[in-house]
Amino acid sequence: MTTVSEKLLTRAEETGTPGRAGPPGSAVPLLSLRGVRIADGSDGREIVHGVSFDLTPGKVVGIVGESGSGKTLTCRAALGILPPHFEVTGGSVEIEGTDISTLSPARWTALRGATISAVFQDPASYLNPSLRIGRQIAEVVRVKKGLGRREARQRVLALLRAVHLQEAELVHDQYPFELSGGMLQRVLVAAAIAADPRILIADEATTALDVTVQAEILDLLADLRDRAGLALVVVSHDLAVVAQLCDEVLVMRQGEVVEQGPTRRVLDHPRHDYTRMLIRGHESYGLEKFLGQPKEES
Amino acid sequence: MTADRPDDDTGTVTGAGARPVLDVTGLEVHYGRRRRRRRALHGVSLTVAPGETVGLIGETGSGKSTLARTVLGLVRPSAGSVVVDGEDVTAHGARQWRDLRRRGVVQYVFQDPLRSLDPDLTVEASLTEPLLVRGATRPEAAARVRAFLPRVRLPEDLLGRLPGELSGGQRQRIAVARALVTEPRLVLLDEPVSALDSANRVQVLEILKELRESGVALVFISHDLGSVAGIADRIAVLYRGELVEVGAARDVVGRPEHPYTRLLVGSAPTLRGTSADRGERAALRALLPA
Repeated sequence: MTTVSEKLLTRAEETGTPGRAGPPGSAVPLLSLRGVRIADGSDGREIVHGVSFDLTPGKVVGIVGESGSGKTLTCRAALGILPPHFEVTGGSVEIEGTDISTLSPARWTALRGATISAVFQDPASYLNPSLRIGRQIAEVVRVKKGLGRREARQRVLALLRAVHLQEAELVHDQYPFELSGGMLQRVLVAAAIAADPRILIADEATTALDVTVQAEILDLLADLRDRAGLALVVVSHDLAVVAQLCDEVLVMRQGEVVEQGPTRRVLDHPRHDYTRMLIRGHESYGLEKFLGQPKEES
Repeated sequence: MTADRPDDDTGTVTGAGARPVLDVTGLEVHYGRRRRRRRALHGVSLTVAPGETVGLIGETGSGKSTLARTVLGLVRPSAGSVVVDGEDVTAHGARQWRDLRRRGVVQYVFQDPLRSLDPDLTVEASLTEPLLVRGATRPEAAARVRAFLPRVRLPEDLLGRLPGELSGGQRQRIAVARALVTEPRLVLLDEPVSALDSANRVQVLEILKELRESGVALVFISHDLGSVAGIADRIAVLYRGELVEVGAARDVVGRPEHPYTRLLVGSAPTLRGTSADRGERAALRALLPA
């Protein structure tokens, strides 16, 4: 089976054939959340009150909500990295059909990066400031793919090109402080896909970036989906960002999924007041005011 | 209170209604000296009419903060002029700026309301202070503040609280009230809603829209075209220190001309997707200098 980054890499080197990949509609979803509840164990307070969705190859699920809505905790539960004291108190998370509560630490280590991976806001804080970029990504491919030093270097360069970083050789030898926020986020995406995951969670991955740079990163995620069949969870406080990419959207508020459905349906026929408020904000104050009335089809 | 307004004495120019409240001409700003001298603004000219709302949009490194700081007298331009409500402030010293601020002609709202509000002052003290500075008596100021609170949709029982005891949205509404309670001619708002969640963002924008009825001119300075486009009469796009496009909001969004404006508009996420597709954006990027 061809892997995510192989597909990207071959495309980047213009030797491969493009095309939407991934097994069509396989029976077992890559990621499945069923009524996930999360509580703060220190006082027993429930923070997330039941989240459910299925993610199949090439599908994109969006979660929109303010800070404190529980969207990041939900992602962290799926990645098995809830903060101290927090625990899943109800429902289940399955990755490729396996309930994650049954996973040993060793199995988790094997899954992370290789099956499920993530990119967060503030890329600089996920990189070691005193190590060159190339070395930090090489570590991933050497550990996860068992590549030797020379092979790892070639692969890292190919990954940097795949995330559209110009002058990959230069970036390879630079330190994080020498790169802009947009470039750092590309580096993080390169590291996140280095071990060929099938699921990528992007949690406010473009929030800190300029709009023109944000568009480049969202384009890159769309490329990953189209060319490699990567399944995405896109988390944002901005409904419009989620609307760019997602097939299905969950609107969260104070730990509750107040609305969930196909993106088009939610945008055209919102059922919850909160969703309507989010849409009204865009229609009244955003570019939408000047870009014509909502279309039936987009 | 009107009799106390010193600017009334100087406002003898005929046709004052048409005179811009802000008139920036040929502004050049440089940072650093000699070989490190770097141009931050080049040939920036912009006027803001009374009661007008202008969105000044620029991304990282565009010079929008430098422009705001120059208009506020915090940065001295190397050429060009800044005229605020008919008064050339380009060469003003600290004392003249203090007088100008005291008259309350121009006010500011920052992204982080904690920067505009003294953490040790109650809401009431924060709101009455600018009125007292302008010569109002305590009872007058207190009455004026109470009358103003409903306009920013805040209850009177917040008056005794400290900024730290309020939510982010409440704090920003207090900052807006503090800026507008003196009925200034011009308010600069630097990313006023960027730190707020959607509900508070909509509320603050609605409040500002209503407050415009008083005839105040608003300049929104933001990196995010999408968050202020809908409230602006005109939009000015700053790119690498130059204003590359200024026009009616409808035109700048609907028919952008400069490649950078086209990229900016085409990159902004909307509920109906982006107005440019991936290929168009790539082509526009290629048109811009590296």
